[in-house]
Amino acid sequence: MVSIIKSVYKNKTIETIDFLEYIQLVFTDYTLRTITLGTALLGSICGMLGSFAVLRKQSLLGDAISHAALPGIAIAFLISGAKSSDTLLIGALASGLIGTVWIKGITSKTHLKSDTALGLVLSLFFGFGMLLLTFIQKQPNANQAGLDKYLFGQAATLVERDVWLMAIVTGVSLCVLLLFWKEFKILLFDEDYAKTLGFNTKRIDMLITSFIVVAIVLGLQTVGVVLMSAMLLAPAAAARQWTNSLGKMVVIASFFGAASGIIGTGISATQNQLSTGPVIVIIASIFVLFSFIFAPSRGLLFRQLRFIKNRRDLELHKTLAFMYHIANTHEDITHPHTIKILNNFQGFTRKTLQKLVDKNYVALDGQMWSLTKEGFDTASNLYNQLNKTNE
Amino acid sequence: MKPIAVKVDDLTVAYNYKPVLWDIDLEIPEGVLMAIVGPNGAGKSTLIKSILGILKPIAGSVSIYGKSYEDQRSLVAYVPQKGSVDWDFPTTALDVVMMGTYGSLGWIKRPKQKEKKAALEALEKVGMLSFKNRQISQLSGGQQQRIFLARALVQNASIYFMDEPFQGVDATTEIAIINILKELRKANKTVIVVHHDLQTVPEYFDWVTFLNVKKIATGPVKDIFNDDNLTKTYGINYQVSIQE
Repeated sequence: MVSIIKSVYKNKTIETIDFLEYIQLVFTDYTLRTITLGTALLGSICGMLGSFAVLRKQSLLGDAISHAALPGIAIAFLISGAKSSDTLLIGALASGLIGTVWIKGITSKTHLKSDTALGLVLSLFFGFGMLLLTFIQKQPNANQAGLDKYLFGQAATLVERDVWLMAIVTGVSLCVLLLFWKEFKILLFDEDYAKTLGFNTKRIDMLITSFIVVAIVLGLQTVGVVLMSAMLLAPAAAARQWTNSLGKMVVIASFFGAASGIIGTGISATQNQLSTGPVIVIIASIFVLFSFIFAPSRGLLFRQLRFIKNRRDLELHKTLAFMYHIANTHEDITHPHTIKILNNFQGFTRKTLQKLVDKNYVALDGQMWSLTKEGFDTASNLYNQLNKTNE
Repeated sequence: MKPIAVKVDDLTVAYNYKPVLWDIDLEIPEGVLMAIVGPNGAGKSTLIKSILGILKPIAGSVSIYGKSYEDQRSLVAYVPQKGSVDWDFPTTALDVVMMGTYGSLGWIKRPKQKEKKAALEALEKVGMLSFKNRQISQLSGGQQQRIFLARALVQNASIYFMDEPFQGVDATTEIAIINILKELRKANKTVIVVHHDLQTVPEYFDWVTFLNVKKIATGPVKDIFNDDNLTKTYGINYQVSIQE
């Protein structure tokens, strides 16, 4: 994983000229423009719908559905004998939907948990699909080559019609999302409660799941069966780190998805040997990694920094409170005391004393310290607040 | 004589072969504050969920003011157990309370200014107005419980079903919640609460139902909250009765 990321970065820096050339090409070259638009649209619709899958804790549903689509592709080819992507995608859609229904059926009718149902359907359908693929390969038919592109995807085969189809699906799902926003939100947050309000939660669930299935099937040609679920999950997981609002999360996820598509296509176009699907997925994963570390409120880095800062503040406050107690015993609050007394206080260091001086809470005079008026007020405020929360 | 707010007839619910609720008959008069008590696994939550149509009973029927629940949905509000949802969900306190208005809005229509105002009022009633824009994961357990309560208050219902609203809340919140429940009763609303703390039953409630798969007893607290019923509900023999 690390080495792949490194190589991607290396390519980015060394091949700068190529990359610039590529950007020009996107605007002038028809094929490249089509592919870039296609992967961008795919990324954005996947990010959008993936947010719902992630929040419903059905992240793996996408994985199962995409694997379940494989036998559909093979059967569609066997029946039609042709390799037109439309026919194959209809086959994929059909078997993807059948897989979904099975998963839902297994979880509701038996006592198996959803992860078991997902695993069962995924491996069963994928195994059957692989079986059919090898069977097809043995057939004396010149057409059969290239079916395996659905395993890992091949963005280069995108044509204008595919992009139009993606654009239409993106538009429709955006409309449906806006229309049923409130229903989706309540289903995600509290399904039982939604039921008591009179919403048919099964219908809402079916609506959102069918859009997820359609998005997955659309992505099979580009990203492939194996990696498709990453397209769905990675942008959403990354977006979750940046916001606490569902609306913003969906927008950010779809932006991350589109950006992964564009950057991934760019890198793979400037590097002949890299296939597009995996590169897109890796770019999306880089987004995830970056978000996990650098997101302002949920990211690991800032969380750790906040933690350290809070601890330091607390140490200062404790020292100040201790000084306040000593100063309180005298009528004159700024009465000086020796620093030695403070040594009895656990957690006291010269550094904390210096910090208090910097903040103008404490005045130092040789081996003596005294609270300033400001320090005394701050300390007594602290003390009052503590009392309040204790009440 | 007060009208009957909730009537349950012959309700039986089972997961697999084992009945969770067995032949429950229940009449809850309007305007009472009723506790449902019983040991773990007695079917208290299941009873509420079946009345609300979340779970499908094997047999039996439920009526709200004499009509089927589906027709009377707008009269009923529900406070689920706090632990039943993911509090890391990306949304704010106000937004959760607004969900209480979704039922009266129906499909597709969005909450407007009027709904927002109602939600803010409910937040104020539970003392959470200053937390309205807080991400829900940053609320304490007691505050989350109050948000759920506010969400039900927004529904402006006549009958309130609450599943363990006192679970995991501190004394201050408990008092705040019980005061709101008593206010609801004053306004002639019916409140049905799954409750665990037997000690507080006489103090908080005026009506009680003892449940342990079967209904043991139901009635005014002063008449039936006694050792006899407590032993029948919690006593060592309680498992035997249904497995004959």
